[in-house]
Amino acid sequence: MLRVYDTELRSRLMLGTSRYPSPAVLAEAVKASRARVVTVSLRRESSGERAGQGFWSLVRDLGVRVLPNTAGCHSVKEAVTTAQMAREVFGTSWIKLEVIGEDDTLHPDVFGLVEAARILSGEGFEVFPYTTEDLVVADKLLVAGCRVLMPWGAPIGSGRGLNNVFGLKALRAHFPDVPLVIDAGIGVPSHAAQAMELGFDAVLINTAVAQAANPVRMAEAFAQAVEAGRAARKAGPMEPRDLAVPSTPVIGTAILR
Amino acid sequence: MKILVNGTWCETTATYLASALEELGYGGSTVATALNGEFVPAISRCAAPLAEGDRLEILAPMQGG
Repeated sequence: MLRVYDTELRSRLMLGTSRYPSPAVLAEAVKASRARVVTVSLRRESSGERAGQGFWSLVRDLGVRVLPNTAGCHSVKEAVTTAQMAREVFGTSWIKLEVIGEDDTLHPDVFGLVEAARILSGEGFEVFPYTTEDLVVADKLLVAGCRVLMPWGAPIGSGRGLNNVFGLKALRAHFPDVPLVIDAGIGVPSHAAQAMELGFDAVLINTAVAQAANPVRMAEAFAQAVEAGRAARKAGPMEPRDLAVPSTPVIGTAILR
Repeated sequence: MKILVNGTWCETTATYLASALEELGYGGSTVATALNGEFVPAISRCAAPLAEGDRLEILAPMQGG
């Protein structure tokens, strides 16, 4: 079972709650995914519409843990203040820490990320940093107090899968005991299975499910892919070869010339 | 006095954050507040004075990835 910050999770699939066609589809997709953690955010509330109140009621009824994010924050100050506000509203010290450094790629500002992680860890937060596959940044995040890392597969919402498999494999090998969750960029279930086969502990999916033609069926497909990938990792995949090796025995082959 | 609430100028007679939330229609809502960029916990809103031109952010749960 996956253990993050002393919490055991039955599912290795985490699901975002944004960009679904309707709240009802979101709720059905969460159930189909069998996710036990969903990500949420904080945004300005209109006193007239009170949209946030209805959303929060829906999420609470799902009976899952929430992982609030600091999406949209571009500075340490914004991220820290948003985290403080999220802790009060959502009643959890978990925070998916995003400090964005570049708007076209939503590339993390890793310098601000490490600094914000240090501040928030010191304030008792359990930080899930959205980072890159950079080994040095990963090490500094762990020193800053993080006990889980969330490297990107590809830019958020791009659906491009694992852009740097070599770098991600190096990250996995370098930190064998740190829970690593692939966050962002996964587009189809085979990407999620690949991440799990490489030994990552979990994946976080949002757009790939929410923007599918049928989000509920896609959520189920991702659930199966994550389980298959995890099972394959535990089973020990074969090493690839450059040349063919006959799978049918050569000995006993008839000579028919 | 006028304060900036979620980016829009509003007229309020409230002198503290807690009473401003009531006056602005947020009574009973699950929201978090920040005044001039600093988080103000719910428990401290009664003791958070408002001044002309203050920037108030009122945030609520929303979809997120």
